[in-house]
Amino acid sequence: MSTFDTVIRLVYLAAATLFVVGLHLMNSPVTARRGNLLSATGMTAAILATIVVLIESGAASLTAWLVVAAGTAVGAAVGFVMARRVRMTAMPELVSLFNAAGGGAAALVAIHDFLHFTESPGAHILIPLALDVLIGAVTFSGSLIASGKLHGVVPGQPIVFPGARVITLVLAAVMLVTTVMIAAGVGGLAAVVILSLAALAFGVTMVLPIGGADMPVVISLLNAFTGTAVAMAGFVIGNDVLITAGALVGASGAILTKLMADAMNRSIGNIMLGGFGTGDSPG
Amino acid sequence: MSSEFVTDLTIFVLSLLVGFEVISKVPTTLHTPLMSAANSIHGIVLAGTILIAATASDLVGYVIAFVACVFAAMNVVGGYVVTDRMLEMFKPPAARKVRQAAANGSAEVTR
Repeated sequence: MSTFDTVIRLVYLAAATLFVVGLHLMNSPVTARRGNLLSATGMTAAILATIVVLIESGAASLTAWLVVAAGTAVGAAVGFVMARRVRMTAMPELVSLFNAAGGGAAALVAIHDFLHFTESPGAHILIPLALDVLIGAVTFSGSLIASGKLHGVVPGQPIVFPGARVITLVLAAVMLVTTVMIAAGVGGLAAVVILSLAALAFGVTMVLPIGGADMPVVISLLNAFTGTAVAMAGFVIGNDVLITAGALVGASGAILTKLMADAMNRSIGNIMLGGFGTGDSPG
Repeated sequence: MSSEFVTDLTIFVLSLLVGFEVISKVPTTLHTPLMSAANSIHGIVLAGTILIAATASDLVGYVIAFVACVFAAMNVVGGYVVTDRMLEMFKPPAARKVRQAAANGSAEVTR
């Protein structure tokens, strides 16, 4: 390992440490704000280190730099303005929207990588790749629906239509088959496209039958999903900090989801089955 | 299976265990801010989208990389800003009063 690599790895390690400490400080109201600040510091360091890696490698063309600069600037500006302007009561739906963006980005990382394989990279890359596309796409559409329900664009009450369960099962089967195909290195781009579409549809059918009152728990669960998708993206492109931060969010998000469900005296299974016993069920 | 993959897997499993342990007894009022904080942390995917942009070489690649960068940057910047705004509500009462007074003052001036 060259000195350069070592320094970058150490910055990534420092960032991961700040994420963990920051998240831990969020357990108490007194230290929470400092925790968020520490976490943001770690994030800034990790992103800057990544930019340095790109400069040092010299691999990026001018167009690539423009794409990164323009994309990041647009995303940062939109995110900043939305976060500053949102009303306090509308914050959960905005978090869900950001979560959708994160899940979409994670899925796109895997799809982009898949397009650039010249030879089959082996199951240790293809399995995380398939899982990244699957989880990322489910979170993307699921979080958009969740955000829409809270915003009132999508009706808040549980939406159950005839045959919904059958459609969900069929989609689950399609996702399973295409995931196995991708992992086995067969099916090519078609398998990835079908998996993406099935997962997008599955995200919709998963969240639609759930009542608006349960949305915060669902958003937290989808948040944990995105964390896992990001960790899978880390395996695909071989980047430690994505794996660490993604797994951290995946696990802590799962625990938080359970705490939130417990606070409402509901079980996660009960909520995900949806449409039953919620205060805002139809009729 | 390469040793690099095994190292990555080790990191993954240990990070999962840390994630399970780092959240303890959280007061109910902090549930949403904590969710928002975790949401900003997975914005680290921006590092990934920056790295893939470097390997893009055709139009499709550039478009995917651009959209991915927009999404990831939105997640990370918006996530941290909105979390901070939520946590502003937990300020000690004295500090909040001063802020409110200042806000009211400026509101009157603009009026």
